[in-house]
Amino acid sequence: MNYLKIIFFFFILFNFNELKADNENLKNQITKNLRCLICQGQSVYDSDSEFANSLKIVVKEKLNDGFSEEQIYLFLKDKYGEWILYDPELNKNTYILWLLPILLFLIGGAIIFKSFIFTKK
Amino acid sequence: MRSKLFPFVLILIFTIIFIFFYKGLNNYNIYIPKINVNKDIPLFSAKLFESNVEVNSKEFFDPEKFYLLNIWSSWCVPCREEHTLLMDLSKNGNINLIGLNYKDRTDNAKNFLNELGNPYIQILVDQTGTKAIEWGAFGVPESFLIHQNKVIKKYIGPLNQQLLLEIKSLLK
Repeated sequence: MNYLKIIFFFFILFNFNELKADNENLKNQITKNLRCLICQGQSVYDSDSEFANSLKIVVKEKLNDGFSEEQIYLFLKDKYGEWILYDPELNKNTYILWLLPILLFLIGGAIIFKSFIFTKK
Repeated sequence: MRSKLFPFVLILIFTIIFIFFYKGLNNYNIYIPKINVNKDIPLFSAKLFESNVEVNSKEFFDPEKFYLLNIWSSWCVPCREEHTLLMDLSKNGNINLIGLNYKDRTDNAKNFLNELGNPYIQILVDQTGTKAIEWGAFGVPESFLIHQNKVIKKYIGPLNQQLLLEIKSLLK
């Protein structure tokens, strides 16, 4: 019976650790996707500014409160605007940004394809 | 036929790309946060500076009155410059000043207020900086003009004489 208790204790202990580590990884992943608004070209994860340090605490607290990654992004977007997210959304301001590479790829592909056929003949 | 069309298309594509990049050159690419906000005040609970009592955001603000929430710290130099203006504003009966003490040591903050005066009717404590994030703040100093549980205007950086006049005109 005592053995069972000990096994149960360790089972709980290890599970708990795993949960914490998961949160830590997720926290790092989220803060890497956030722009440190008062720094020059750094993510919140990389920065050691007052703002970034506070933001890391906020992300950690929100994760502990059961917020999902998406909810945290939404929360911060509401507070600071879309600029805080590294991944820009597809909207009327950014559609050129998203579509231009695809367009260039297609045009480039067409040129190569055409010239390939042309040389074959 | 094809060889005649090809250079034309190529020139067209490069012209379009050139126009895009040329226009992009003139875009001001330094981020400026929106100053005119009309957002509800965030939900938060914070401790009071003097009594250490936990207060809730919902019961804290009277919707009929104007408030200026000012984020300050004793270690912040611009806050020191701004402080005389806040003292001046606190004499105005139409507005209540609330302080949010940002990442500060209590004794330092007390010395700061003893030295320069206390314009605030209440001071909230933010040891970790998380409350400032709830408000959408970038750092210190920062001020939020609040009326009817909404943030009417946001002032990033220290206030100056001109902004003080603007606040006073908004109070009427």
